[in-house]
Amino acid sequence: GKFEPSIYKIGCTQAIKNKWIEMGKSAVSRKVQHVDDRVRDLLVQIQKGEEVSAQDIDALKRRKLISSQIWKGFSVKKGPNYTPKRKKMATDLTREHLQRGDWKEIEFKEYNFLAKGQPTDGGCLHPLLKVKRQIQLIFLQMGFEEMATNNFVESSFWNFDVLFQPQQHPARDSHDTFFLKEPSTTRSLPEDYVERVKQVHESGGYGSRGYGYEWKREEANKNLLRTHTTAVSSRMLYALAQGKFAPKKYYSIDRVFRNEAVDRTHLAEFHQIEGLICDRGLTLGHLIGVLEDFFSRLGMSKLKFKPAYNPYTEPSMEIFSYHEGLQKWVEIGNSGMFRPEMLRPMGLPEDVQVIAWGLSLERPTMILYGIDNIRDLFGHKVDLSLIKRNPICRIGLN
Amino acid sequence: MPTVSVGRDRLFKALGRTYTEEEFDDLCFKFGIELDDVTTEKAILRKEKHLDEEKPSEDEEVIYKIEVPANRYDLLCLEGLAQALRIFEGLDPIPTYSLANIGQESMLKMHVKSETSKIRPYVVCAVLRGVTFDEARYNSFIDLQDRLHQNICRRRTLVAIGTHDLDTIEGPFTYEALPPPEINFIPLKQTKNFRADELMQFYKSDMKLKKFLHIIENSPVFPVIYDRSRTVLSLPPIITGAHSAISLKTKNVFIECTATDLTKANIVLNTMVTMFSVYCERKFEVEPVEVIYDDGKSYISPDLSLYQMMVNLSYIISTIGVSLPAHEVARSLNKMQLHAKHSVLENNETGFTISVPPTRSDILHPIDPQILNQFTDLIKEEIAMAGYTEVLLFILCSYNENFTMLNRKDDKSTAVINGNPRTAEFEVSRTSLMNGILKSIGHNKDHPKPIKIFEVGDVVLLDETKDVGASNRPHLAAVYCGVTSGFELIHGLVDRVMEVTGNPFVSPGDKTGYYILSSNEPEFLPGRQASIIYKGKQVGTFGIVHPQVLDNFGIPDPCSYMEVDIESFL
Repeated sequence: GKFEPSIYKIGCTQAIKNKWIEMGKSAVSRKVQHVDDRVRDLLVQIQKGEEVSAQDIDALKRRKLISSQIWKGFSVKKGPNYTPKRKKMATDLTREHLQRGDWKEIEFKEYNFLAKGQPTDGGCLHPLLKVKRQIQLIFLQMGFEEMATNNFVESSFWNFDVLFQPQQHPARDSHDTFFLKEPSTTRSLPEDYVERVKQVHESGGYGSRGYGYEWKREEANKNLLRTHTTAVSSRMLYALAQGKFAPKKYYSIDRVFRNEAVDRTHLAEFHQIEGLICDRGLTLGHLIGVLEDFFSRLGMSKLKFKPAYNPYTEPSMEIFSYHEGLQKWVEIGNSGMFRPEMLRPMGLPEDVQVIAWGLSLERPTMILYGIDNIRDLFGHKVDLSLIKRNPICRIGLN
Repeated sequence: MPTVSVGRDRLFKALGRTYTEEEFDDLCFKFGIELDDVTTEKAILRKEKHLDEEKPSEDEEVIYKIEVPANRYDLLCLEGLAQALRIFEGLDPIPTYSLANIGQESMLKMHVKSETSKIRPYVVCAVLRGVTFDEARYNSFIDLQDRLHQNICRRRTLVAIGTHDLDTIEGPFTYEALPPPEINFIPLKQTKNFRADELMQFYKSDMKLKKFLHIIENSPVFPVIYDRSRTVLSLPPIITGAHSAISLKTKNVFIECTATDLTKANIVLNTMVTMFSVYCERKFEVEPVEVIYDDGKSYISPDLSLYQMMVNLSYIISTIGVSLPAHEVARSLNKMQLHAKHSVLENNETGFTISVPPTRSDILHPIDPQILNQFTDLIKEEIAMAGYTEVLLFILCSYNENFTMLNRKDDKSTAVINGNPRTAEFEVSRTSLMNGILKSIGHNKDHPKPIKIFEVGDVVLLDETKDVGASNRPHLAAVYCGVTSGFELIHGLVDRVMEVTGNPFVSPGDKTGYYILSSNEPEFLPGRQASIIYKGKQVGTFGIVHPQVLDNFGIPDPCSYMEVDIESFL
């Protein structure tokens, strides 16, 4: 009879192989009388669900006569929440729920509290400026008045000479200071005061010997980007000396510029914090007292003072604080009493003293937030996500 | 501190009563001045001539020497002292000074020639009409000029005052600078003609005037003021002309102040006119003059406008340390010629709107930095609340970043330039916040969009009115960077800033608020940018950042940007 081509193929090849048939020219002839078709037997066995050896299964598989199937079975029984009607779980409470009143029946799909919520969309303030604000508040609470610091451009006169910093001093080197090409010199200076400053530099006075060098007006005229906010303090004290004297407490927190090499913790511009008190009869004891008050408000109550040198203060003290985390003493600022060579030419009465101190804004901020590269805190390379993640500044809150 | 000598009896007459020395001492103490010395006119003369002291006779005029604060130019004459004390005692209200209501066309004109900029650039003028002088008033008028010359004018180097009998001269006037031999006139107190160069020689032996010669003597051109018939009014700062000299008969006074410092010139002129307008036919009224420069710029002088400021009551109280009710504080302010009007400030606190009259040029700000800082902080909060993140950027940048990369040209009149930068990034101080903000976006390219950042910070500009030649201006800038440019959102932020600073949106030309005009700046896309005009002045701009600029800063997404000068809102 006729067979389907696929069936014929299977059967033919094997039949020839087993020498059951012979392929003639026009017909196929039988070679043996009886066929022992083992394959057929195996297949029938499998069909019946009887066990077959793994070897045989492999052979049959290879010939693609059988293919294995995975048959999964589940045993199902009624659970505790079984209900004949299907219940839908809500993901949110909506207006419709409230209006329809069916909020009483709905069940909420369990919320995954291991994941975070949706980030808020608002803006935020800059970390360094948040610290600045807190420190400003501390000064204001201590009764200090803010100085007008909105002038980055200053003359060498106010930045150096008035402070009794001699004209040959290395800090006045172009290596450390940004001198200006435009406007290169200051337009005017108070002439009678200039005379007195010149005198005190050259030959002293007010109990001082002076520096004994030739003071040059051209040097004083040179404009620069201020290297410290003490330049502003000079102007304020001079203005104070022109009227009837009254004690003052001033502070400022603003930008200063240094033409030094930049590295991980130093930039060409940074913010200086400065405080000063001007009154009759002030002593080093007063300075230490104020420093202890000020720094304790910043959270630093363990202080040590080291004698130091500063061209415009005498005596001068470096301020150290014990850092619990780092387990060591860390320098946090500088302080001192302004020299008579600076105060007397201004016209301040002889019994008036000025105590002052300063520190940078960036350093304590970096220590506070664990930032080790200043460019991660200040400037255009700051990652905006860092600004957003920065917590409220707690300085002064305890 | 300056001392003013006034005749005791004249002063008491002006005050409306007599005082014992103790009583007067007490009044001075309460006000804040000091009776330094009591002497007589003759004793002063004797002292000047180094003669022996004699006991003063009964008919000698008693002179009070009163010490006044160095910044109170309004107390440098009897008129000013009397007025201040009368207001302090509640006898008089604070005077309202006004400009005569004449049209601009009827005003006298002072034309300024450009050569004056080489030696003495500024001039301000005013007219006092219908004045009546007697000997005492005349002397007081001259004395005040002398005192102002000594003090605020810094011995005439900064400002010089010239006063003239207006009926002897005729406008329009010109303020010029000419080579000395070309100037020829009869100076005050002389009878013959002098050329200006001859005059310099002549005055070398004059005890009073020789100290002022140095101010102009080495200049190739001397400043000079002419009237329409080429009569010389004055050769500032040396001497005025004899022709226009003031006498007891003068009825109309023309005052001109030439200067190298415009601010001080205005203070000086204001002091002169406010003190002596009390003698005008229309009391406290001053007639304005128009000053016109070669380039067409002009202004009306004097500027007698009241300076207004808002002060918090609690601030005043905490500064003094005494708890005073608001009306007491207001009364005290009024006593000092500061007109105080009760007002409720933004945060519902009690405060005052204080109008500072032109006589109180010593009132600059209620402590500048405190006000500016608080204002800045409040603005920052509003911007952050609008969803913008604050950044803090560098003042120093490269010349390219400040100009070329922003498509801007440097006209050499704005930027402060460093002489010794180590690298290009320290070449100049920023004249706008834009380059820093764009650099910040460039470094945060991969931050999720939209990126909304802002900065409130100082820019540095050349400024001839400052002693160092430059000053800081506080600016606010913000940028939106996203899939779309956000132009209308930045525009909305501009509106928001104006809303929180209390400035109403008005129609173009209206000076009571702000309006927006299309602009044409190179850093923005043409047609998608505008200027913000506030009270008639441009205070800022906003627009879509020009694609070329975006490319220069390596920013792949569209941005809209705004920048305003916030000091304009104070």
